[in-house]
Parts: sequence; structure tokens; C-alpha cells
Amino acid sequence: MAVIEDGHKILSNVVATQIKSHQRFGGVVPEVASRHHIEEITICIKDALQEAQVGYDDLDAVAVTYGPGLVGALLIGVTAAKTVAFAHSLPLIPVNHMAGHIYAARYVEPIEFPAMALLVSGGHTELVYMPAENQFEIIGETRDDAAGEAYDKVGRVMGVNYPAGKTVDQWAHEGHDTFKFPRAMEKDDNFDFSFSGLKSAFINTTHHADQIGETLSKQDLSASFQQAVVDVLAEKTQHALADYPVKQLILAGGVAANQGLRERLEQDLAHNPTTHLVKAPLKLCGDNAAMIGAFAYVAYQHGVFADATLNADPSLEFDWAADSAK
Amino acid sequence: MKILAIDTSNRPLSVAVLDDANVLAAITVTVHQKHAEYLLPEIERLLAMAELKPTDLDRVVVAAGPGSYTGIRIAVTTAKTLAATCNIELVAVSSLATLAANVPVEGALVAPLFDARNQNVFAGLYRIKGGVPVPEIADAHTNVTTYLEAINEYGEPVWFLGDASHFTELIDTTISAATPNVNAWMNLPQAATIGLLGRHETPVKDVDQFVPNYLRLTQAEAEWRAKNPEEDTGSYVEKI
Ligand SMILES: [Zn+2]
Repeated sequence: MAVIEDGHKILSNVVATQIKSHQRFGGVVPEVASRHHIEEITICIKDALQEAQVGYDDLDAVAVTYGPGLVGALLIGVTAAKTVAFAHSLPLIPVNHMAGHIYAARYVEPIEFPAMALLVSGGHTELVYMPAENQFEIIGETRDDAAGEAYDKVGRVMGVNYPAGKTVDQWAHEGHDTFKFPRAMEKDDNFDFSFSGLKSAFINTTHHADQIGETLSKQDLSASFQQAVVDVLAEKTQHALADYPVKQLILAGGVAANQGLRERLEQDLAHNPTTHLVKAPLKLCGDNAAMIGAFAYVAYQHGVFADATLNADPSLEFDWAADSAK
Repeated sequence: MKILAIDTSNRPLSVAVLDDANVLAAITVTVHQKHAEYLLPEIERLLAMAELKPTDLDRVVVAAGPGSYTGIRIAVTTAKTLAATCNIELVAVSSLATLAANVPVEGALVAPLFDARNQNVFAGLYRIKGGVPVPEIADAHTNVTTYLEAINEYGEPVWFLGDASHFTELIDTTISAATPNVNAWMNLPQAATIGLLGRHETPVKDVDQFVPNYLRLTQAEAEWRAKNPEEDTGSYVEKI
């Protein structure tokens, strides 16, 4: 829950996390998530207004994520937002969660078009081309697991609690790429990703070591895994930038907090004269409402509003670029 | 006192606006179960017909469960958000008591139940006293046979409501006393009745803490608690 002024000034940004609850189950249980959201929803609204020191009269619109995501969780936000908008006669702005992730970058600097976003999270891994403001076109995405999902899975194999990204990232910095895991589709002529082969190779390697009673270095395993993920993401991104000349490359999504990925893209883009790298602020890589407010400002200016029938759309997606392979 | 009453506990959607005991507008829909899409537009429409703004309301009365998890969440989220954001009273009534209130027979024993699958029900037993349903057996998630056997102990006629038609044979074989026929209307929640029931109830003390009455832990939570009986099951949500 956040209060945002003009799409780039954070007056408040309240995040209530349920990670502790889901750690008990090794991952997110949708029904549990939805139940927690109901517990917090009105408290977060109040806290966000109070921290921002504003009242309903000061607001110009209410924005809400309506997809993609878990339907039970989305429904709580959508229902509450519709109710607040109705109660105070405010316009309602429906926001695509992924557009929100991209717009976390707006807190670093204004977005210049055309732009490209590498969106990497627990549920998504995609390259999004933005020819102009309020236009999003997918040019490539994962064919199987999302990168964040792969992190959680290999984390589990190494006994790391969910969510595993941060620990694996840390270990990766302490180890070396000794296992040389496969880089899937790296050289293919498209912008799609795949991480299931890498995940299987990782599991087979650890499984084999277990069978022969050998202990592998978690640091080296992590470094090898991360290097493979980062190589695939970075190569595909370079490939996409060659086909789509853009002013900015935006790195966003939960996995955008990964230091290995941030460093690699910095290196890759350091000598690129036309494309400038904009990394979402570390604090705004994970899910938050400030990023939703940043994009809502754009939607507001484009007249994108919803009425009281707005529903959650768990599989909401950007359209594919017309000239893309898919 | 201006009251908005809401029930989306199961397939029916029911909304009513009252001014004290006068029903100003009421609607009950059973042709779809798209509560997320239709609840707020219906509230908008009814308030407009009653020429009221949301901020004119004094109280929201909601059927808070048991029922479909999604259904009770939509009703409760709407009701608690409206109460919190407009700073008005919130009153919760049992979704089962709501049905029981449809029987206008003083002294009658009423058994409202919702099918919870696998021979389980959300059910309670009420007696109509002074025109309102008073619990005899508390609402619970229970095996249907256990429930019916407990009711049979009363040895009195029982009005079965809700999803009773899913268990006709079992009710006939288990209950020895009479089971009066009910019409289709009585099997539906009536928000106007909910508003009347909630008129004299004490409002919820802390609106922010208010949650649906699921009457059942999630499977993951139940299994976890069975494995971790010592663990504190307090708050798992933190602000960051
Ligand atoms: Zn996200």
C-alpha cells in the first residue's frame, strides 16, 4: 500500500510480508496468502495514508494490481480498492503487476522510449519492448520455469529456506563456476529462456554426489548455477538489444535484486553508446505498491480507468510483439 | 440508522439497503457466481435507488461465513473496507443463522447446512426465539452423519435449509421426527433479513482485525499444526 505523488515521489510505501508464514510450508500456499491479506488490508490502507500524512480528499485516484498473480490474493486487493474508490468517488486505475515492476525504475530516472525491460521474478522471466509510453510488447519469455522459481528449487536442494535467492546469490559470490552447467537456448535465434535443463543438471549433480557420499561445495554449486542463469539472461538481452535499439534497458522484478545479475549487466552495458542501463532500486525490486503507483500515474494520463465490475485476472499478460517469433 | 447488508457466502448474491426496520431496496441473484464482478455494482445500484451515498451509511451488516472461502472473503473484504474507510459500524452475522431466520415459526428448530463435500457440511442448529434464530448447536465444519445424529436427539420436527437436498436420503433415514417442506425462497439468503438481524447486534470492536468465519483451517495450516503442536500460531505477517 503506497501513496505516490505524480508517479515519482513516494509519500509512503507500506509492505506487509507473509514470508514467515509461508516458510512453514516451503513456499506460498494460495489459500493461506489470501487469508493473510484480509487480516492486513485495512491496516495497510490506514498506515499508508497516515505515513503520507494525507486524507482521502488529497487523493486523485485509487490504483490496484488486477493481475497477474494468485487469484485469491488479487481478489482482496481488487475488492478493497474498488470499495475505497466507490466510497470516496475516486477513479479506479487497473494496473498490470508486471508494468508496475518495470516502473520501479521510474524512481531512478524518467523512462525514455523506446525502452527494453528484462523482467525477472519468481513467476516471470521475460523481455518486454516498450516502443512508447503505455505500450508493452513481449519479445521473449521463459518456456518453462521462471528464473526466481529455479533459484527456489536449487535452494531447496541445498537446504536453503524459501525464498532462496538471496542466500544463493551470496554463496555464488564466495564460490567459482566449477560445474559448468548447460546454458539453455543461449545461441538460439529467439529471445526465449529456459531454466528446466539447468535445474535438472543441478539436481542430477547433487544427487550423484549424494549417492557416492561426496559433499559438494554449496558456494561452487551456487556460483555455477548463478553463472549459468546470468549468462543466459545477459546473452539473450544483448541479442534483443541488437535487434531492438533502445535508449534504456530496465532491469526489474524480484530477481533484479540479484547482485550477480546487476554486475553482469553493468559490465555488458558499460560500453554501449546508445543504451543506458536502469536498475530498479534494490528496495523496490520485490513486490510493493510504490511501483504500482508509478505506473498508475502513466495510466491515469492515458485515461485508463476501470469501473466497479473490475475483476482479478490471474493470467494477465502483455501482448506479444507483432513481429516476434511467437 | 442506514444499513447496508451483504451476503455472498455461496452461489447467491444478496444485497439490501435499510433505514432502521424499513427495507429500502433489496436484490438476490442466483443465476451466476461472479461475486467479485457484481457485488460492488449491485451495492452502487441499490444505494443510488435509495438515494444514498456510501458515506450516508451508518452500518454494514455482513454474512461472514461459513461458506465458500472466496465468497465470504469478497463479502467481508467489501464490508470491512467500507466500514474502515467510511468510519462506520460493522456487524457480522453467521451465514447459517441468516438462513435460519427465513423460518418465521416461533419455537421452530431450524437446521441450515452448506455442503462442504466428502460427506462434510458447514452446519448449525437454531431455535427461533422472539423472531430470531438462537444457536442450539454452534456452527461447525462436521461430518453430516454426526450432525444429523445430534439433531435427531432432539426428537422434534426440524426445518432443514440450504443444501439439505444434497442429503435427502440420509436425512430421511436419520431423522425420525417430521421435516417440514421448505420453499425455494427459504433456501436463499435474504440480505434484507440479514440487515434486520444485524440491526440490534453489537458492532465489531476492531474492524481492522475482522476476518471471515472460515470454520476450517487450510489443509496446509492444519497439517503444519499437527506436526508442530508446540509452536505459537500468532502473527506471521510483518511490516518491512
Ligand atoms: Zn511481483
